[in-house]
Amino acid sequence: MNAPAIPLDEMIVCPHCDAAYRLERPGAGERAVCQRCGTALITPRRKAGVQIIAVSLAVGILIIAATVFPFLSINAAGTSNSVSILDAALAFSDGPLIALSLTTAALIIFVPLARVLLAIYVLVPIVMDRPPARGAAQAFRLSEALRPWSMAEIFAIGCAVALIKISDLADVTFGPAFWMFAALVVLVVVQDNFLCRWSVWKSLDNTQTS
Amino acid sequence: MEIAGQHPDIISARDLGLVACTRCAKVWPAGTQTCARCGSTIVSRDAKSLQRVWALWLMGVMCYVPANLYPMLQTRTLLSVQEDTIVGGAIQLVHHGAVGIAIIILVASVVIPLGKFMAIAFLAISVKRVSAVSKHQRQRLYEVVEYIGRWSMIDIFVVAIMSSLVQLNTLAAINPGRASLFFALSVIFTMLSAQAFDSRMIWDLQSKPEGSPADD
Repeated sequence: MNAPAIPLDEMIVCPHCDAAYRLERPGAGERAVCQRCGTALITPRRKAGVQIIAVSLAVGILIIAATVFPFLSINAAGTSNSVSILDAALAFSDGPLIALSLTTAALIIFVPLARVLLAIYVLVPIVMDRPPARGAAQAFRLSEALRPWSMAEIFAIGCAVALIKISDLADVTFGPAFWMFAALVVLVVVQDNFLCRWSVWKSLDNTQTS
Repeated sequence: MEIAGQHPDIISARDLGLVACTRCAKVWPAGTQTCARCGSTIVSRDAKSLQRVWALWLMGVMCYVPANLYPMLQTRTLLSVQEDTIVGGAIQLVHHGAVGIAIIILVASVVIPLGKFMAIAFLAISVKRVSAVSKHQRQRLYEVVEYIGRWSMIDIFVVAIMSSLVQLNTLAAINPGRASLFFALSVIFTMLSAQAFDSRMIWDLQSKPEGSPADD
């Protein structure tokens, strides 16, 4: 083991393939990419913090609204039924399938909601140049760990499939929540792509030590 | 063995006597156990990673079997009660003429899960021996597996939407079957299995003589 020639703070290591590099901060809009495995390491954007906070607020409001309002309604031979997203999530509510209900509700409502709340909690102090909120590092770590479990966009495709399956059985109409959910899916993706994780960690770190 | 590709000067953090946090990418001296910045546990190479991968993989495979044998959906109309498995439901859709949807369901519920099982098993085996498949391709495969795994949940959501929406008293009702629980478990275990895989192991073998496993 030879001692590193560069101070540790001026190094960056690709989390996917462990390749070590001397840190060079890319300018806004540029990307630092691992030369070995192609993982994007640093992707800074100008004013990303404010944009993400704005998008997160919108997502949070949309999630709550989309959960409460009727989502889809169905009409066949005079009988009708309309459901909200919460109803859909809790469809498996009898017997042992209740576990599945809770999982579904978590994946499409609570995990996305938790992630935007955590993002706002972490980013607001950073954007306002204040010291990070208490437990911000844990909050951001949790938010990152939850990322693969946030399945709003998959639910949206599931809706499309279900609609086509049902449409020859009965008439289906979209409620207001359906359109909110459609907007929500786009915003969740936008929020994820704007976020430069390295920059967030960097700012959480700087303010802690100084 | 020479380093693959056109960047022979790339050194891994482990060879420098360093360890990096996989969550926040902060670099620490080797032997550091907790990242002081984000609080994650850090290990240079996770020696138990493969054990966890295989254990979760096996759970995923085991849950996938009943997921295909039990009915996924129970459709009750005025005259009949019909129970469909995943594949049966897709065949039903083809009979109704909705070939596109049948393909989506088959890809999401059969092709992707089976492909994931094979891909994870291949990756876990390939880090222990020299593989004909290049490291870049295996890294790409790992990324695809991580990205695509969540999409298998689509069938669960379809069942959820249909069974909450189609509740028209005596006229027609759709209820979820037991397979849905097993299928969801299978997807979740497979996702966990893919997450347990330490992709840094793919790149380790290049700097070692052939055949020696990358234990640390």
